[in-house]
Order: sequence, then structure tokens, then C-alpha cells
Amino acid sequence: MQLLDIHEPGQTPVPHQEADVAVGIDLGTTNSLIAFSEDNAPEVVRDANGKGMVPSVVAYPDGANEPVVGDLARATILDDPHLVVSSVKRLMGRVLADLKTISGTLPYEIAEADEGQDRMVRLIVGEKHLTPVHVSADILRALRSRAEASLGKPVSKAVITVPAYFDDAARNATKDAARVAGLEVLRLVNEPTAAALAYGLDKGSEGVYAVYDLGGGTFDISILRMEKGVFQVLATGGDSALGGDDFDHAVVERFLAERRSETQSDELSTGDLKHALATARLAKECLTSQDDGEWILGAGDIETRHRLNRETFEELISSLVDRSIDICRDVLLDSGLGAEEIKGVVLVGGSTRVPLVRSRVAELFGQQPLADIDPDEVVALGAALQAEALTVGSDTLLLDVIPLSLGIETMGDLVEKVVPRNSPIPISRAQEFTTYQDGQAAMMIHVVQGERELASQCRSLARFELHGIPPMTAGAARIRVTFAVDADGLLTVSASEATTGVQQEVAVKPSYGLTDEEMVAMLKESMEHAKDDMQARVLAEARVEAERVLLSVASALEADGDLLDQSERAHIDQAMSAVVQACQHTDRDAINQNMENLELATKPFAEKRMDRGIRTALEGVNVDDLKQKVEAGQDETE
Amino acid sequence: MDARVPFCHTCGVIQPPRSIDHFACLGMTPTFEIDPQELERKYFAFQRTFHPDRFAAKSPKEKAISMQHATNLNQAYDVLNDTLSRAEYLLSMQNSEEDAPGCTTVNDPVLLIEAMELREELADASDAETVSGIIQRTQADIDECIEELKPEFADGHLEAAAHLTTRLKYLSKLMDEARQRQLQLIKSQ
Repeated sequence: MQLLDIHEPGQTPVPHQEADVAVGIDLGTTNSLIAFSEDNAPEVVRDANGKGMVPSVVAYPDGANEPVVGDLARATILDDPHLVVSSVKRLMGRVLADLKTISGTLPYEIAEADEGQDRMVRLIVGEKHLTPVHVSADILRALRSRAEASLGKPVSKAVITVPAYFDDAARNATKDAARVAGLEVLRLVNEPTAAALAYGLDKGSEGVYAVYDLGGGTFDISILRMEKGVFQVLATGGDSALGGDDFDHAVVERFLAERRSETQSDELSTGDLKHALATARLAKECLTSQDDGEWILGAGDIETRHRLNRETFEELISSLVDRSIDICRDVLLDSGLGAEEIKGVVLVGGSTRVPLVRSRVAELFGQQPLADIDPDEVVALGAALQAEALTVGSDTLLLDVIPLSLGIETMGDLVEKVVPRNSPIPISRAQEFTTYQDGQAAMMIHVVQGERELASQCRSLARFELHGIPPMTAGAARIRVTFAVDADGLLTVSASEATTGVQQEVAVKPSYGLTDEEMVAMLKESMEHAKDDMQARVLAEARVEAERVLLSVASALEADGDLLDQSERAHIDQAMSAVVQACQHTDRDAINQNMENLELATKPFAEKRMDRGIRTALEGVNVDDLKQKVEAGQDETE
Repeated sequence: MDARVPFCHTCGVIQPPRSIDHFACLGMTPTFEIDPQELERKYFAFQRTFHPDRFAAKSPKEKAISMQHATNLNQAYDVLNDTLSRAEYLLSMQNSEEDAPGCTTVNDPVLLIEAMELREELADASDAETVSGIIQRTQADIDECIEELKPEFADGHLEAAAHLTTRLKYLSKLMDEARQRQLQLIKSQ
């Protein structure tokens, strides 16, 4: 490895790129945090008062251009409840029909969808109709400016955490929100995994750990193994509609029932409900340290008083906590491990402060859970570490899994699983299906996610049709459906018919995601906030890449040019000068086009070189040596 | 060492994976008996090199290629780590014919009767204790079957190996069903 490169002026092999700052973001249901890590020492970005948590609450004041995010927005909930949105994470990637499955009374006003429309829900906020993606993007933008102000550098890349149990729709929606906020998502990391990273690197602990993560709106349990710098998720499970918010709802329902019997009146506006929820939350928090208390509901003109002690509170939430414990048992079973094999239990999420939660978890695992790192901050810290690992490099490696099985609907509403849950990602799996009618020319492919037996009980991800199947007798066609899940847990499905090669591909998104027009409109809007010109940036990137490739090809020609005959060599030279020419103009597409040509032209050369490489460079090399070679090779390119 | 040279030897840029078998993918020789720790060690070592996390700062093309490598590694590890799927895979490597071995129809009446009897016994079992008895016995059968498979694969007796693999498949399936039954019984108590 060279320590110092000296180059002729103007011939630096890789143009100096501005060091992009990458942060870790915990985009939570109730609170969000942003953290930054340097030299493996992550820190949460705090405001002047030392507060790291930003309430995930956005207010859209009448007449104002900019939304208000955080504590200020939360403060206005009580005055202008109809202009304030909270807990929007629960709605990420959801369609209207999904809302029925979200428990409790929702403090949102949801726009009615047009007939037959299967699109992400819209929130009515004053005059506006906003998607959850829009609201989340506003939170992300606020976090981003907080970090930029604190670090004094532009922030453009982030690792964003999502509940392990988030489905494909919610993951895509999160990625979209980041894009709208001008952040490149380096990776979506599951929250429990991020928490484990924060603990693991801190302590260098080895063994199997459970991460119990009860946040505001979601519950996750993951079993992870940490060994020799590899973090391997063994099993994961959860409930994307179970969290501390449900505790609040349980309390509010009791308060409201008491109120009804006292006042004989049932009238409550959305605003009153938000008010009542805020009171219930306060009650919950007080009962963590106190044994009892009294709270006042002041909706309308009538004031009512409500006493609650910890014992009653625990009765109210007991079935909710039990639900999480049942899920823990199932996941343990999935991992093939007994509770006694778990070396430690990590608590994540503010709701794990509730004493009943702690005692039930301790009971199940037979040990006191770990809570050395602030459960509110641990996820953001882990995300920051991962952001550093992805940009600067790291010795640890994270091997994550897919939380929910993926399959397609077959005859009779049945589900054929193609990728089982807890499979390590990235993954690609193919399965063959056939036609069930003579001469069938098209096939509907319905992609679903979940563990239930019936397709209608699973989450529908996408429907698409494969056309152009040649007429054959029933069962003769061979339709191969391939599921590919990338490292972010996002799915692409493609289908092809074997005898004709008819192919169809779909990035699983359209049925409930945002339409392209909406995405463009939101990006345009966000561009007004963006400082740099996107177009110029994209062009610069294309040029940098072109320059890098030209240099690589040149050095390869120098090393192994003897493998080529004259005409092959001329072909490559020609393609190279075409790229050089294109780079002098501002047409990015032309650059990319010529780059593709160059790649085609050099392909035979690359193959010849690889063959030579096998014979010479790596004779008798074992894995570890290969790794060293690889790392040395990578350093050279950087 | 296997025939994979996934990085350019002058500039170190990652190259697309070649189509190689799962054993070669993980730098193993194709044998039935493998050391699980060795397999895991190689899987981790290769993932350390190829995982997309290692390429987060690289060009989209390099990212996509590393994704292919990591996908292949996961697939290979998944197939080789499980004894039954490893046996089936080994047979499919030797067998150029279309139908995967182990899925072939059973024409061995002894095997067929054994499978049917065990299944009936499981269906009749109404308490967790009986089921856990079946589980213990099936596990012993599975272990025995694997022991018998070892020399057949080592000596290249493919027909015998295929036969035993089919038995292993039946036993594994029965084991899954028995476990599920046990769970049902525990939950319904």
C-alpha cells in the first residue's frame, strides 16, 4: 500500500471528493435522533440545552412556508391540534384499508380515497393533504439541519433505522422520505441490530443476545449472535402496531370512560382527543417512578379528574405486554435457542422504562436486562457507527435477515412461500409456476408478505401480469418467478416464461406507494430547499466515474496489453476516446452511453485478464491471503 | 483454491461472479462430510470481502456486483449448511438430468410403508409425551441415516446415496410435522 501518491498536476487519478459527512438517524414514532460517529465514538447531536431527542411532531402553521418540527410543534398540539401531525411512522406505506388493523383511536384526520384507489393514505392538515412520506421528510430535513449546524459541514448521507418488522412498503416509504429530504440512504438498518452494534462495539462482547425494542409505535425482538466481528441476526419478529402509544390509548380509554359516566356526554373533537392523549402519556411517564397520581381532562368546558395508581395502570397494559412476551417466545423458537442460552438482553425504546415491561422481560429470560446505554439513544448511536463503517470502513460486518416471508398467491387464495422469513439478505430465490387453463396467455402474479396461510390475510405488496405466454396445454408453461431482496430488505420481483423467454419485472412498489408524479412533485419542492444544483452534481459524478474507469483501463492495457490483437486494441482505443470526447460536453446521457460502449468493448479483454490472473497471481492462495490481497487492492483504488 | 478471482489485479475493482457451484463459491471441495465450523469461517471471510456494506462508497455498478456475490454466498451457505440440502445438491451436481434427485418418486415399498406408518402414528398421537417420543426416535433415525450416507458419498455410490437421501428427506419432513404438532399441543394446553 502506498502512503503517499505524487502525481503530475492535473493528473490526479481520483479527483478529490468533498468528504461527505454520513450520519445515523433513528426516525422514531414518538422521537427522532441524529448521531454522528468518528473513530468509533458515536455521539448524539444535541441542541443548546443538551437535548438529543427531537419529538417526531410536525406543525404546519397557516400561512407559513416552513413546517415546524420538534418541541415547538409538540407545544402547539394543544392550541392548534388540527395543524399538527404526530406518530406518522405508524402510517408509513399504509393504504386506507390497513388503518383498520391499527389499534386504538387514531389522532389523525384521513382523507377519503377516490373510488378504487389503492394508494398511501393522506392526512388532512389544515388546507393541505399530506402523505406520511412528506411529513417524515420534514422531520428528516429538520434533523439534517440540526446536524449540519452542529458539525459545520453539509450532511448528505445517512444510515436510517427502521423497525426490523417493517414490511416492504414501509421500508420503501422511509427511503422515499429520505430522498425528498435530500439524504442519500447508505443503508436501512433494523433498529434492534443498530442497538446491538452500539452495545457490541462498546464492549467487544461475544455470544448470543436478545434485543427487546419497545418504541412508541412498534415492537421488535431480535436474536443476534456476535462473534469474531460478525453480527449475525438469527431470528427476528415483532408487531408493527404495538408500542408505548398503545399504553397511552389504554389509559385514555379508561379516563374517557370515567368521564363519560361522570358527564353523560360523549362529544370529543380530534383536538380534545390529542389533548387527552398527551395527558395519558404524562400519566404513564409519572407512574414509572411514582405509585399513583391524579390527572385533569379539560376538554370543552367540563373539567374531570382521574386518579390512577401503578397497579391499575399495569392491569390496563398487561395484555399488551403479554403480547410482546408471546412474540419473544415464538422468535426464540425460530432461532432454535432456549431462553437460557441468551447471554444478555438489551433494552431499547423509551417504553422499556415501564417497570412492568422490565419485570416481564427479566422473568422470561431469567436475568436482569441490560440498560447501560440510554434506551432512547442506543439505536441512533448504532446507526451512526454503521454510517461510519460504510463510509470510512470497519472491521465488523453485519449480516441481517428478512423479517417476514415473501410469497405469491396461488389457486384458492393459498400462499406459496418463495423466501422464508429469517433468510439472510441479500437473497435471490426463484420458483416455477405453471398455467392452469389450456391456452392461458397471461398470468396474474400477486406478491404477498407475511406468515399467514391465506393470501388475503397477508400483506399485499404488488400485483402484475405476465403477458405473452404462448398457447399451451394447462400445466405445460413454465413460469419462473424470481424474488430478489437487497441489503436494505427491499424486494424486486421478476417473472419469465421458460420456453419463450417472455419477461416482466417489477420493483415492488406501485400498488400502494407514491406515484411517480407525486414523487417528482415532492422532489421538486424539496429542491427549493436544496443548495446545490442536482443536475450539475449528477454530471460531475458521471465525469468522475468516467475518469476513474479510463484510468483503470489504461493501467490494465499497460499491464496486459499483450493479450490483445491489433483490431481488439483499436476497438478499445476508439471506445476510450469516445468517452473522453463525451466528457468534454455536458450531456450526461452521452457520457453514460459511451461508458456502456467502452464496457462492452473491454469485456473480452477483462475475461482474458481474469484467466491470466487465475493462473499467475493467485496460485495456491487461501481465503485469508485473498482477503488481504483484496483489501490491498481496494486501498490502491482509494 | 477455487477458480474465483473476483477483483481486477491491477486496479482492485470488483468483477462479476462467475457461474460456479456452491462449494467452489465458498472455497470448499464438494464432499458430503464437511466441518460446519470451517464452512462458517469461510462464509464469514467471504462475506467480509464481498458484502455490499463494503462497497457502500463505491460506484453503483460495483455495489450491484457485490450484491450478486453476497447473494450467491448466502445461497451457497444456505444449501451447504443443511445436511439434507447438501446431500441433494451433491446428487444434482453429479446428475445432469432434469429432475432433482430426492424428489424422484419413491418406488421403494419398504420406505413407503415406513413413512406411512410413522405418519399415521403421528396423526394418532394426542399428547405431547407421545409426540416427543416420536421426535426422539425420528432424530435417532436421521442421525443413523446420515452416518450411512457418509461412506456412500465418499465411495461414489450415487445410487445408494440417492436412496438414502430420499429416506432422509422423508424423515426430515416427518420431524418438521412432529415439531409442529408438539407446538400445537403445548399451545392448546
